[in-house]
Amino acid sequence: MSGAGPQSDAFADLAMPLFDQIYNFAHWLTQNREEAEDLVQETYAKALKGFSSFQPGTNFRAWMYRILRNTFLTSRTGLRAAPTVPLDSDEGQLELAVEDENPETILMQSFASAMMQKAIDDLPVHYREILLLCEVEEMSYQEIAETLSIPIGTVMSRLSRARKALRDGLRLQLQRG
Amino acid sequence: MDCGCSFNVDEPKGSDMACEAWKTKLDTYLDGELPDEEMRGLDAHVRGCPACSADALARVQMKRAIRVAGKRFTPSAELRERIRRSVVPKPRWSLQPGWMFATGAAVMVVVVGLTSIYLSHRSGRDQLSRNQFHREHVYGEIADLHVETLASSTPVDVVSTDRHTVKPWFQGKIPFAFNLPDLQNSEFSLVGGRMSYLGQAPGAHLIYDVRKHHISVFVFQERSLNLPVSPSDDSPSVKSLPFNMETWSQDGLRYFVIGDASGADIDALAKLFKAGTTG
Repeated sequence: MSGAGPQSDAFADLAMPLFDQIYNFAHWLTQNREEAEDLVQETYAKALKGFSSFQPGTNFRAWMYRILRNTFLTSRTGLRAAPTVPLDSDEGQLELAVEDENPETILMQSFASAMMQKAIDDLPVHYREILLLCEVEEMSYQEIAETLSIPIGTVMSRLSRARKALRDGLRLQLQRG
Repeated sequence: MDCGCSFNVDEPKGSDMACEAWKTKLDTYLDGELPDEEMRGLDAHVRGCPACSADALARVQMKRAIRVAGKRFTPSAELRERIRRSVVPKPRWSLQPGWMFATGAAVMVVVVGLTSIYLSHRSGRDQLSRNQFHREHVYGEIADLHVETLASSTPVDVVSTDRHTVKPWFQGKIPFAFNLPDLQNSEFSLVGGRMSYLGQAPGAHLIYDVRKHHISVFVFQERSLNLPVSPSDDSPSVKSLPFNMETWSQDGLRYFVIGDASGADIDALAKLFKAGTTG
């Protein structure tokens, strides 16, 4: 997937600074180093090939992540990991992610990164990806909406459920000791 | 539960209902995604309501924990190089077949002669390129941390101008100790400090003021950063950054001083640290 010319130059300038975070996200999605490497390579190849369709002035990062995610979802691992995504309703109140007996206070005292990583790992892929885009990639709701091709209302409700699912997972781990 | 709120929005004081209504918006608030008016309302509520304030703090800690745990995977240098080669344009040669044969033979002779020289330099050059890329990445991360902190509504976790208050705050939070310089007779003032993470390595982030400019000083363990050094590394020219920055290694620790203050100010603060950290 060799590129040449000023277009490729522009692509490299925009895409290479995202390389580490793109890889991190790919690894979280695939949960496997080799598959993550293949996914990143395919993402960069597709993005370079389709760079002429990228609208300057729009969000390049969201564009790259969208390509990565779509590539993942059509891969064998992606199809296995996300056979169905529940319908998100953006109507009504958001669910309370923190409940009265929250595990945060316990987590503060006995925080372990491994525990958090396992809790994220255990999330269904549609919760894992939105949580990582928000908290790790620090994307705005608008960027997340563009990346996942969903309305902002759905971003909010899905994020709320993802947070609740993460807390439930942490609570379960804490209960199991 | 009566949360004992004292806030200035249109809601019954101290009611559970008001708290429950705000709580549904707490995550959106902490994500910085509420409309301005609601942002101000919830801000006022959180300041006056101990229960919601504790809830907000717990959620902030959860967000931080996710962020730290989420930055988990690092790509291999081989993959980085493979991707870089695939997207960076290469010069293209276009020769007629006849010329190709003739020049091919000549090129072969030259190639054989140069191969040994090339091989001896290649590994060093590739390493240099990787090192340069890694260094620039780290400098970029440092600039991001600086900007992100200044944009935060709570830029420091320990607020004090007294170095004897700020330094002990880090004890037990980071796996190393460091000294803070005495700022007497200097134009700098200490604002406070916070924890920072670079590539999952914990470190100290200190903020100083000088003539309305904010300067960040980051301190990390050198070995945790695995930052490749070059002979000119102690006075890097980081032209790609929109800030002035100085970095150096001392006693096993890597220091970064960064800000939009003048190069002279950055240099002066760096000198104070270099002198003060030996004490």
